[in-house]
Amino acid sequence: MPVRAVVLRVILRSPIKHSWLVGLLVTALLTLCGSVTAQEAPVVAAAADLQFALVEIAQSFRQETGQDIKLSFGSSGNFAAQIENGAPFQLLLSADEEYVSRLKAHGFTLDDGVLYAIGRIVLFIPHGSTLKADASLRDLRDALVDGRLKKFAIANPEHAPYGRAARSVLQHEGLWEAIQPFLVLGENAAQAAQFATSGSAQGGMMPLSLAQAPALTQRGQFAPLPADWHPPLRQRMVLLRGATGPAKAFYAYLQTPAARAVFSRYGFIPPDER
Amino acid sequence: MDWSALMISLQLAVWTVAILLLLGLVVGRRLAYSRWRGKVLVEALLALPLVLPPTVLGYYLLVAAGGASPLGRLYERLVGQPLVFSFEGLVLASVVFNLPFAIQPIQRGFEAIPLEVREVAACCGMTARQSLLRIELPLAWRGIVSGAILTFAHTLGEFGVVLMVGGNIPGETQTIAIAIYDRVQAFDQAAAGTMAAVLLAISLLTITLSYALSARIGRRHG
Repeated sequence: MPVRAVVLRVILRSPIKHSWLVGLLVTALLTLCGSVTAQEAPVVAAAADLQFALVEIAQSFRQETGQDIKLSFGSSGNFAAQIENGAPFQLLLSADEEYVSRLKAHGFTLDDGVLYAIGRIVLFIPHGSTLKADASLRDLRDALVDGRLKKFAIANPEHAPYGRAARSVLQHEGLWEAIQPFLVLGENAAQAAQFATSGSAQGGMMPLSLAQAPALTQRGQFAPLPADWHPPLRQRMVLLRGATGPAKAFYAYLQTPAARAVFSRYGFIPPDER
Repeated sequence: MDWSALMISLQLAVWTVAILLLLGLVVGRRLAYSRWRGKVLVEALLALPLVLPPTVLGYYLLVAAGGASPLGRLYERLVGQPLVFSFEGLVLASVVFNLPFAIQPIQRGFEAIPLEVREVAACCGMTARQSLLRIELPLAWRGIVSGAILTFAHTLGEFGVVLMVGGNIPGETQTIAIAIYDRVQAFDQAAAGTMAAVLLAISLLTITLSYALSARIGRRHG
């Protein structure tokens, strides 16, 4: 018996009025057929500290070239792991250099990549917190003792470069052990920023590029931390195996003065190399 | 509001329901009629996704279907792209974590058919296929439909497994649940709020449909 006949029979003999069932089937078919759109736009994996700057650069790239690209933000470490597991990203903008060189060593990249920015990390204190946005961390040290600090948000140092920078800063000031019970770890720098501004934490550390964005400046105050308290956040990007034309064009676009100006505006320091 | 994320969620749900309906009918019916003693073990295995943390499932799926696994390598050789971090990989993951949601209600549906009814069908000279189409499916219909609806709703809501196996790739594996998470991290509360409300509405609609349906069928059979 042909399949269609069986299906029809089942529907007709069922004790349910078929109108809505037919409706459901039609919807399902439309869903299936409707939107398997051309998967041409390359997917770019970007460190979470680029959340605002890269969206802006991508927009002007789209306007100038007419080419579409898709952005996925997350922690550099997670992206590196996903790329090693076969994730179809074409370009990685990491927040550090180590993940890029590791991917290169394992043969996942097209070349050595390019240093595109040096990141800065800040202490962020949301409105309503009793802590001061004090770059010397003296007030944070006091708050640890006098009970004002309940929660402090940083990115996960295990796989987020800004989490590692935050850990280095806290270690440099001898606060790392004492702050342990208060830490909340964001999965990436943007989640740490979201935790820090949620009102449930008294402060946190996040990229300058996020703290300076309008969405965050209205939520609190920040103080850039001394750059020599942590290893420099040398942010490198690299084309991945399988990168196509549009991804390569975007990679080149990111190195133009126009793109660099946007990075600077969001608080990134231009790389001195090259 | 990101409509492509919603479309991906709906497509994923439709594929999952389609595959699990077939699988559920075969396995659920078999389990319902079986008197085999090892049946409990199979039932327990199929129920595992109910109690396992999504991360455990996600981890094993990554191990089983990743680029280093035999399945992952075979798939990559045949199709030319990796199974994980693709929509097809999500469908596989979704089928696995929805197994109990589809199979259990279908199995209950077949179990509710009295043995006598099936025996009468056989005595009247109906073939197995005739009995299935004319007697069993119409009687077990309630379980089958609620299995499909539960699977559909649960697929829309799944987060952890999708994030681990699919990554967060816009237009490919970014389901609406992931897109909401993504938007919150991008400080885009407006979009997160809209998508959350849409998901809430769809879920409520689906579940209401499921309850309305069981009430209706309950009256007919009652």
